[in-house]
Amino acid sequence: MANMRLDKNPMPAQDPNVRNKNFDEVALGYTEEMAIDEAKRCLNCKNPKCVSGCPVNVRIPEFITRVAEGDFDGAFEIITSTNSLPAICGRVCPQENQCEGQCIRGIKGESVGIGRLERFVADYHNAHGHKDGAPARPEPNGHKVAIVGSGPAGLTCAGDLARKGYDVTVYEALHLAGGVLVYGIPEFRLPKAIVQKEVKRLEYFGVKVVTNTVVGRTITIDELMEEEGYEAVFVGSGAGLPMFMNIPGENLKGVFSANEFLTRINLMKAYREDSDTPIMDLKGKKVAVVGGGNVAMDAARCSKRLGAEVWVVYRRGMEELPARHEEVEHAIEEGIIFKTLNNPIQINGDENGAVSSMTCIEMELGEPDASGRRRPIEKVGSEFDLPVDAVIMSLGTNPNPLIKSTTKGLEVNKKGGIIVNEDGLTSRAGVYAGGDAVTGAATVILAMGAGKLAAKSIDEALSK
Amino acid sequence: MYRIVTKEALKPTVILYEIEAPMVAKKAQPGQFIILRVDENGERIPITIHDYDREKGTVTIIVQTIGATTEKLSHKQQGDCLQDFVGPLGKPTETEGKKKVCVVGGGVGCAIAYPVLKKFHDCGAEVHAVVGFKNKDVVILEEKFKAVSSVLKVCTDDGSYGQKGLVTEALKELLDAGHQYDEIFAIGPMVMMKFVSKTTEPYGVPTTVSMSPIMIDGTGMCGGCRLTVGGETKFACVDGPDFDGHKVDWDLAVKRNQMYAEFEKHKHEEVCNLFRQEVK
Repeated sequence: MANMRLDKNPMPAQDPNVRNKNFDEVALGYTEEMAIDEAKRCLNCKNPKCVSGCPVNVRIPEFITRVAEGDFDGAFEIITSTNSLPAICGRVCPQENQCEGQCIRGIKGESVGIGRLERFVADYHNAHGHKDGAPARPEPNGHKVAIVGSGPAGLTCAGDLARKGYDVTVYEALHLAGGVLVYGIPEFRLPKAIVQKEVKRLEYFGVKVVTNTVVGRTITIDELMEEEGYEAVFVGSGAGLPMFMNIPGENLKGVFSANEFLTRINLMKAYREDSDTPIMDLKGKKVAVVGGGNVAMDAARCSKRLGAEVWVVYRRGMEELPARHEEVEHAIEEGIIFKTLNNPIQINGDENGAVSSMTCIEMELGEPDASGRRRPIEKVGSEFDLPVDAVIMSLGTNPNPLIKSTTKGLEVNKKGGIIVNEDGLTSRAGVYAGGDAVTGAATVILAMGAGKLAAKSIDEALSK
Repeated sequence: MYRIVTKEALKPTVILYEIEAPMVAKKAQPGQFIILRVDENGERIPITIHDYDREKGTVTIIVQTIGATTEKLSHKQQGDCLQDFVGPLGKPTETEGKKKVCVVGGGVGCAIAYPVLKKFHDCGAEVHAVVGFKNKDVVILEEKFKAVSSVLKVCTDDGSYGQKGLVTEALKELLDAGHQYDEIFAIGPMVMMKFVSKTTEPYGVPTTVSMSPIMIDGTGMCGGCRLTVGGETKFACVDGPDFDGHKVDWDLAVKRNQMYAEFEKHKHEEVCNLFRQEVK
């Protein structure tokens, strides 16, 4: 008999006033008892809508049944048969729009905490190892595939192919594998040790990771295929160049892209005493984060942890914030101030070229635009100065032109995203692409879905 | 890991490192740069390539010991390895189709000016060179410059060697003597490149500068290296490092480069103290 409680088992978390001063993980994870209790809320639907809501089609009711039985290893096997990165997905997927958004229990009460259970299963596995010892490695099938970029798209594609016996090499431009999982998403949402564990697990299955290699500069896709003998290449190179607003003062000292700010903190650990990488001292300073997406929330919450008073400046209203609801809630709990319906028009500097304030204008919402969201309109004469010491622009990214400009016959769309067909194949034979390099900035799980699709297509093409 | 094959102190604080990095060596071209990290906690720093040997698979850089990271680097010995070494990054310098050029190098910037100058020479251009140093003790690469330039002016700030004064003065003399250059190429401290650009502007000679702003990833992802050039925002790592010196917003660029000056000074002292303790 299912547990008919209406609400989810709450996620244990660090107290907001403690966590906004440290970089430790905010959500602490379910205990075994909580996980089993939550798992029992699943009705094990005959036609599980949650599975179709998952971009990588995790067999959700099956793994949850195992959790309810206390068979956590069995649950792990089921999840990882379709998802290479469960500890990551359990933490950063927008489940409310995907699996949990489809859950029947969500109609009358709260959906089953699928993401929390996935995280529990992955963490349990990472802590306890596999009860039957190491899983079997696949038989090599003799085909070589190169992956460009070790973010969620690349790692997923690599994992799926390696399990089928492909000889897979992942090329990463930075010194550490993980892409946005290590440079973008902060430690307090996704501990970096977890990312490295997931990478290690892929390496166990034979995936080779080559860091410090910028495809397009150090080696080109043409060379990978013509000289290095790769039969297929998957491009998961990520979103690329951060956007700015093109307003006066954007290149003053103290204006950062969210990518730069987060990279200093997450990849380079600039907040730690033992790191050689500098970051602006934000203790007692005022910071404006411009934008309303998940990346903006990450930048705001990092600024708070560095001791700043933080405003999120967004041109639409609270309802329209593109960030996950949970991220916004966490940010509010931690003391981030939301200045919605405001838009910056100029950043002002002092005599040293450092930021001293940001001139904003109030906005109101008009008719819905092409995106279906109500269009923000400036209120004439409502300009005001927000006194700030730093501004973090979190407005999304433009695709990096490097791969396109160095790969023969690779077509991109007007925005610079790589064009792919329904199989993830680009205009170039043998070259597949997916993730932000194709779609522009999106989510980890959508990138993983694209990596998975490409792996399937590559397998079909090469096993013919 | 990236092994230091050769380490040679050209001057006490100007050191040449030849690094084993076959993939970088295979692709490197004059004007491009690499990013390195000395150790696990190290900062990523961009350094322009001085030379490369495709057969040996090595890349040579010349680095002035000036901050925490370069200090740590200077304590690495021949045979030791660097944590990370990635490249080549940025666009190569355009050296084709020039008849007569003048290359201006300042201080350790001469290490970078040299391969560009040599490439101009190899492409068939008549090359003049103006190189400037603080004093006699820090003059580097003079013989190498001499071998590939038809006119070489060496300047020192204090007159202890060559011509006394700034490179801009020597450059102005060449321009006033009626030399018609297709291009002036300047590499060195930002302030020097700024004044070279200011000097050549009235003469209307196209002037290219090699910018090395603060940078992290070097692939376009972070935008930390952005500059205002001709009123537009450009990323030095992917759009450069070479830019039209007459269009760069120099004041902004110079100020942005000072962003972490305090931190760097403090960190450098910290690292120096650490090494001193080890010696004791």
